Amino acid sequence: MKILTCPVNGPRNITEFQYLGPVRAADADIPDQLVESLFYAENPLGVLKEWWRHTPSNTILIAERHTVSDQIIATYLPNRKPA
Amino acid sequence: MPFSLLKYGLRSRHVPYGDIPKTPDLKRAYDVVIIGGGGHGLAAAYYLSNVHGITNVAVLEKGYLAGGNTARNTTTIRSNYMTPESVSFYKEGVKLYETMSQDLGFNIMFSQRGQLTLAHSEATLRSFHLRAEMGKYMGTKIEVVDVQTVRDLCPDLNLDIGGQHEILGGLWHADGATARHDAVAWGYAKHAAARGVEIHQRTEVLGFEKVGDRVTEIRTNRGTIAAGQVLQAVGGLNGQVAELAGFKLPIRCFPLQAMVTQPLKPFLNTLVSSANLHTYLVQSSRGEIVIGGGSDPYQLASTRSTLDQKEHLAEGALHLFPFLHKVKLLRQWAGITDMTPDYSPIMGASPLTNYWLDCGWGTWGFKATPVAGKRMAETIATGRVPDILKPFDMRRFDNFALLNEMGATAASH
Ligand SMILES: Cc1cc2nc3c(=O)[nH]c(=O)nc-3n(C[C@H](O)[C@H](O)[C@H](O)COP(=O)(O)OP(=O)(O)OC[C@H]3O[C@@H](n4cnc5c(N)ncnc54)[C@H](O)[C@@H]3O)c2cc1C
Repeated sequence: MKILTCPVNGPRNITEFQYLGPVRAADADIPDQLVESLFYAENPLGVLKEWWRHTPSNTILIAERHTVSDQIIATYLPNRKPA
Repeated sequence: MPFSLLKYGLRSRHVPYGDIPKTPDLKRAYDVVIIGGGGHGLAAAYYLSNVHGITNVAVLEKGYLAGGNTARNTTTIRSNYMTPESVSFYKEGVKLYETMSQDLGFNIMFSQRGQLTLAHSEATLRSFHLRAEMGKYMGTKIEVVDVQTVRDLCPDLNLDIGGQHEILGGLWHADGATARHDAVAWGYAKHAAARGVEIHQRTEVLGFEKVGDRVTEIRTNRGTIAAGQVLQAVGGLNGQVAELAGFKLPIRCFPLQAMVTQPLKPFLNTLVSSANLHTYLVQSSRGEIVIGGGSDPYQLASTRSTLDQKEHLAEGALHLFPFLHKVKLLRQWAGITDMTPDYSPIMGASPLTNYWLDCGWGTWGFKATPVAGKRMAETIATGRVPDILKPFDMRRFDNFALLNEMGATAASH
């Protein structure tokens, strides 16, 4: 079982979470960046910042995870990025 | 082929030979450099050398030949897609498979037993009707069948599942098939090498030199070479190699997992697939049951397996064939797949003028190995993208001309 830590509910089985994809650098509200934001999502071999949802509590959070080792480095609420 | 086999069997002193020559030193320059020695790269090398007479070609493979997704797939070959562009492309792929053993003089163990996809809901049945009508219109063998026909096609299937997994009918694709994946790659490699194509194993592309919008040199762990034309076909790492070449691809990496049971007596003559259970099964010519399913739920560029996914596959398999419950697993593995937003590949031009793309094959590219190789070779040899490939151009994302195949690929490769 893999554990992801919800910033509100604490460590939980990762099956309680839904993956919502990478936090994208391009902004869909800026016409020049629309296509990039829609289709060219981040895909690094390294640390990826991504959206997750803790399904039972509907908590939306951000996780920083390494895409090769699958190690979860940090999780936090979107408006509370730790220093 | 049968005669050469007979001759081989009767000869008393057979000298063993290697089909694929040893990796030579790199030359200074090649007319065409193919990055990636998987099925796709090798098929393109075969067509370039054997059909177009272009033989000053190097295939660069960072690991061993066809050790990427070509060695990891579950070998489903089919053309029952959703959009006319895809159906006509994959149909040509199935056709090339039908004669491949003869064409290559190499037994790829092609076995056209048909694919049966199960419908567990009215909604699925409706989408099957759409696919069947599209398939018929495009000339593939495909039809929606009722439960009685499902029973006739696959007598050992458990039809008494009930609940949300009740079986209401199926999509029967008589052209569906399976083949031995390694043999496909080796057959192409052997014939390309015989024409003089150099196959460089353990040769990793690390970077590019460019002048304007042309690639002039390719940097590898064994030295730098010049290239007239370049083809990129690196499977799960397509996004990363494109970045080395200086542009971004609409690709994200997801692992796809599969497993194989111990060999059993033949009981499963068709390829069976269930979209609801996210599981599909095929019995290999060796008797093993090959079990595959959907991708992992989040991005990852590692070939690790997880217990969750394997349990999920086993659960699906047991729903369909409960008598498998004591059967042991022999092997299990994962591959990194290069997924595009519309579940369709990217073939043709790149932002660079002499650099061609054959990527975004995600979870469905084995079936396309011969047709992609043939058509990409044609593109490189003539400098013109053939009509059949045009819909798969990367610029479709800029033009919002996506080819959505999500429904046709989920859990049924
Ligand atoms: C578990 C699983 C099941 C699948 N099932 C099916 C199926 O049933 N039917 C189907 O049609 N498809 C299936 N697929 C998809 C199919 O396997 C792939 O789409 C197909 O094999 C892609 O072939 P390829 O030659 O493009 O890539 P690969 O076979 O992955 O070859 C690419 C090669 O490029 C090499 N490479 C990478 N980076 C570099 C570099 N920098 N320099 C040099 N070389 C490099 C790699 O080592 C690799 O050998 C499945 C995939 C998986 C993982």
